[in-house]
Amino acid sequence: MITVNKISKSFDGVKIIDDISAVFDKGKTNLIIGQSGSGKTVLMKCLLGLLDLDNGEILYAGKKFQKDNISTISNLRKQIGMVFQGSALFDSMSVLDNIIFPLRMFSDKTDSEMISRAKEVIKRVDLKDVDSKFPSEISGGMKKRVAIARAIVLNPKYLFCDEPNSGLDPKTAIIIDKLIQEITVEYDITTVINTHDMNSVMEIGDKIIFLIGGKKIWEGSKHEILNTDDKMINDFVYSSELFKKVKLTQQKS
Amino acid sequence: MIKYTFTKFTKWSVLKKLIFQEIDDLIIGSIGIVAFMSFLIGGVVAIQTALAIENPFLPGNLIGFATRQSVVLEFAPTLISIIMAGKVGSFITSSIGTMRVTEQIDALEVMGINSFNYLIFPKIISLLLYPFLITLAMFLGILGGYVATVYGGFSSSFDFIQGIQLDFKVFHIIYTYIKTILFAFVLATIPSYHGFFMKGGALEVGKASNISFVWTSSVIIIINFIVTQLLLA
Repeated sequence: MITVNKISKSFDGVKIIDDISAVFDKGKTNLIIGQSGSGKTVLMKCLLGLLDLDNGEILYAGKKFQKDNISTISNLRKQIGMVFQGSALFDSMSVLDNIIFPLRMFSDKTDSEMISRAKEVIKRVDLKDVDSKFPSEISGGMKKRVAIARAIVLNPKYLFCDEPNSGLDPKTAIIIDKLIQEITVEYDITTVINTHDMNSVMEIGDKIIFLIGGKKIWEGSKHEILNTDDKMINDFVYSSELFKKVKLTQQKS
Repeated sequence: MIKYTFTKFTKWSVLKKLIFQEIDDLIIGSIGIVAFMSFLIGGVVAIQTALAIENPFLPGNLIGFATRQSVVLEFAPTLISIIMAGKVGSFITSSIGTMRVTEQIDALEVMGINSFNYLIFPKIISLLLYPFLITLAMFLGILGGYVATVYGGFSSSFDFIQGIQLDFKVFHIIYTYIKTILFAFVLATIPSYHGFFMKGGALEVGKASNISFVWTSSVIIIINFIVTQLLLA
């Protein structure tokens, strides 16, 4: 579980994250949603410690996340897996080497043990015949699977995904969303996903935090978000013609 | 950046592979261009010296002497370093810059890896072998001068060899290696800095490489001036 208490972050005097408090639950897919520029990525970077906070605190399983405590932060980061928007696979390494990389850095396993563990997670994310290929030789959907495999290879307690299905076709996007949700339950991890894709919200939104202008204005589940009366949320949720039609159909029936 | 490069070291088994990879990319990969440039520059220096001293009262060994002095003191360490600022410096800036824009550096940091140490330290260590390249450049520069002088009919082989031995000072070699070590540090750090702290996309990677070359070559020229003033003046 991750607890966020009254955190704020400004750039050049402009508040990007404004007094946000939230709890991200274990074993659930916690979604941060909002329009572009609402502060989702900055909030995630604050959670990961890539940006320093102006105010507030972040607690991982009740323990304060302090950047100045090097040994604590190093141990914590070994428990974090991250899937970046562009996958962030290392270009110079093969798929297998990308997945083995965290093991090589942080475990004392032998080469054969590392390969065996990597093959295990490759199988889990449904990848086939890509071990020796390089990131430039595989599709966007495959890259996301490799990124997920790399993120879970060390059995993390926390999984962060920044726009995990951006740039993917709708079918592959749903497959990736489902994969993340299955892994969250299977490994009993705290997953935080950054997205503005309503399909993802409806597929895997166990818990949703809605941001506008750096402020948290709503929190709830995927069922609650469809029935809220909040105009700002409805403007976002029903911005696509498809969701408008779904709402009309629901109202008619 | 320098402080973080030398703290929180990456696992030795990983670092060792990275160092060998950098030696291959930065040193071994530069041997061809360094050999080609040095040989021809040495030849040009010898020809120009020969053409400038048409006076029959000047000794024939002057061509060898002037070639050795020019190549050892200036052309090998300084000119080759400026060429390397273009070759190696641009490679370092663009490779680290691309890692920055594609979030690969963020990925390292999220994993708890000191990205400064992981990316920059192996480059600094591999460039400790840079004096090897400059030694090669000195040897091939003088060889180029010899070939141009003897086969161009400007002087005899005996005179040229006597010229390169004339008034030889060991301190000049020490001076050259002091410069070379300083240039190696500049070649590893300034391009890394420009790659590491760049912002933007692909276009900015190109701009960063360009700025990195300008800064690296400028700093090399400035250091060259200061070291020469301090050690030779």
